[in-house]
Amino acid sequence: MSGARDTVLRRVRAALADVPAGERPDDVPVPRAYRRSHAGGDVVGLFADRLSDYGAGVTRTGDPATAITAALTRRGVDGLVVPDGLPSGWLRPGPWSVLRDDPPLPVAALDDASGVLTTATAGIAVTGTLVLDAGPGQGRRALTLLPDYHLCVVPSARIVGDVPEALARLAPDAPLTFVSGPSATSDIELDRVEGVHGPRVLEVIIVEDDKEPPA
Amino acid sequence: MNTPHDSVVWLGAPAFPEAARSALADTRLRKNLRKATGTIREKRLAATGELDDWEELRAAGAAVKRRTLRHLDRYLEQLEESVARAGGTVHWAADAAEANRIVTELVTATGEREVVKVKSMATQEIGLNEALAAAGISAYETDLAELIVQLAGDHPSHILVPAIHRGRAEIREIFRRGMGDRGRPAPDGLSDEPAALAEAARLHLRDKFLRAKVAVSGANFACADTGTIGVVESEGNGRMCLTLPDTLITVMGIEKVLPSFADLEVFLQLLPRSSTGERMNPYTSMWTGTVAGDGPRAFHLVLLDNGRTATLRDPVGRQALACIRCSACLNVCPVYERTGGHAYGSVYPGPIGAVLTPQLMGVGQASSLPFASTLCGACYDACPVKIDIPEVLVHLRAAEVDAKRGGVPTPEALAMKAAAGVLGSPRRLAAAQRAAAATGRLSARRGSIRRLPGPLSRWSDTRDTPAPPRESFRAWWRRTRTGPTAEDER
Repeated sequence: MSGARDTVLRRVRAALADVPAGERPDDVPVPRAYRRSHAGGDVVGLFADRLSDYGAGVTRTGDPATAITAALTRRGVDGLVVPDGLPSGWLRPGPWSVLRDDPPLPVAALDDASGVLTTATAGIAVTGTLVLDAGPGQGRRALTLLPDYHLCVVPSARIVGDVPEALARLAPDAPLTFVSGPSATSDIELDRVEGVHGPRVLEVIIVEDDKEPPA
Repeated sequence: MNTPHDSVVWLGAPAFPEAARSALADTRLRKNLRKATGTIREKRLAATGELDDWEELRAAGAAVKRRTLRHLDRYLEQLEESVARAGGTVHWAADAAEANRIVTELVTATGEREVVKVKSMATQEIGLNEALAAAGISAYETDLAELIVQLAGDHPSHILVPAIHRGRAEIREIFRRGMGDRGRPAPDGLSDEPAALAEAARLHLRDKFLRAKVAVSGANFACADTGTIGVVESEGNGRMCLTLPDTLITVMGIEKVLPSFADLEVFLQLLPRSSTGERMNPYTSMWTGTVAGDGPRAFHLVLLDNGRTATLRDPVGRQALACIRCSACLNVCPVYERTGGHAYGSVYPGPIGAVLTPQLMGVGQASSLPFASTLCGACYDACPVKIDIPEVLVHLRAAEVDAKRGGVPTPEALAMKAAAGVLGSPRRLAAAQRAAAATGRLSARRGSIRRLPGPLSRWSDTRDTPAPPRESFRAWWRRTRTGPTAEDER
């Protein structure tokens, strides 16, 4: 409603009468003396440690296909959601049925699926964070939300040291999801309980290779 | 349009001194609070202590907020343009009633009678759930603590962990009694283990998430340059609400805007470490308008004033609008730790509530809250955006005293005037001390005065006063030292 818009903007301008008319936003200094990264030399090792702190399972390997098969077998996955664009060699046949999101899977099917396999667009070492941007091999956001088990495979070249470095790489027009460990709550007597609405189990495979995987 | 802020404070809530008195008598509440605030304080110190540039991050956060507030009109217009460009619709609300009407109309237009909600301070502030209920629309809170509060028909008592005042056995009873009326009942034989209670909430809400067509959320930040909105959370209920429904309505205070997406590099470090004491919260969702085939098809952003522009008008008080709702100030506050959140009678409790509530409400409202502090300064040290809460408290106290000038003087004003006269003259002070020594000792028990007579009881009701000594220091000095020093007393 334009009436309210004008009212609010007029009130804002009236409230800022003490701000000199010629002042521009850049005239208000913002000191940016903070670090771009708090990570040391071993970014991949730090990423693995921080994920483990959250209770996420972590595997480092040069052979993602074998590690993926082992993880899915260990977990006993039967219906596995697989988004488009995952590197072709990663998923071998196994005792699981593969659910493709084309045409889009209904929420009930996602809810029934026992796991989802994706990659991530970035990993942040200091905070142990996976960033999903709905790009190739990640799919729309619901895919990594409803299944109770999320297996995320991250090439080591995509792991950055800290939050500022990660944000500089991201394109904000895509929906972004930052995942740091399994879902959790401390709402009852501040006792931490892992696994509420998001996937209760998060496993990460770090692919030790400095090349981007083939799409 | 000019009857703002109906729900910032709870109607009929007593003023802080009375509410605090009954809260202090609740020993179990005090024990819960001591444990909870102590735990979270330690976690916050560990998480912030890991970053050796924490002070530089705080300085940057404070400066970004200062820049934003001084040019708020420009950033709001830029945000509106960016959101619209990305396929969202922006609405403006001057007050709570207007915001509630906008949201109600948007929900009604979808034909739905139910909405799922992500924990949001802004929608609590405007009393959205009640407004929707009046229009026949059920709003389901999906954060675990908010669910507990909603099922119990209760008020939140903490910004981050709203059910901090409830123990596990109480929560089990709330679930057993309340869940069945609103959907899937609590499982038979539900235990009071937090994991079992969280599982009951998961099952109860799952069905709502899968069916929901409309969601209502708040926002932690909105980037003016890109139109990106961010919500931080832990449980995944936020992701459910932000991703699955067809329509998403976000209600956001106008002060939540940030100049640029790049500024998130500061706030995504400051907020989780200050709030839950984690390096990063489990889930952060960011979205920019709508995206075909992923998430809601319609996105509405409601920009809420509701007293914020009035707060902005005060160059000292305006810094309270920099608040990122981390709740660190609550957890370090000695007053909050003892009284809990309900005593503040406001959606915004604790130190930040004591400065935000009276400003959002206007002069003369919630006037006892700026006095609900010892001015120890722990809140300022903990604040990730360096809001000088003690400075604003003192400023608001002065405004409150000034507002009472001119009429019949209060007993306190008379007492202070008398004290000024006594303290201004050594002779009058000496006479007063002799008189106090004589009468004070008569009313004292075991060295302290518990009750003073008449209007002075308003002082003694809230504090014990040490009995005056038989002899003042000044009198003792004069008696034991002879010579020139005694001449000082003229």
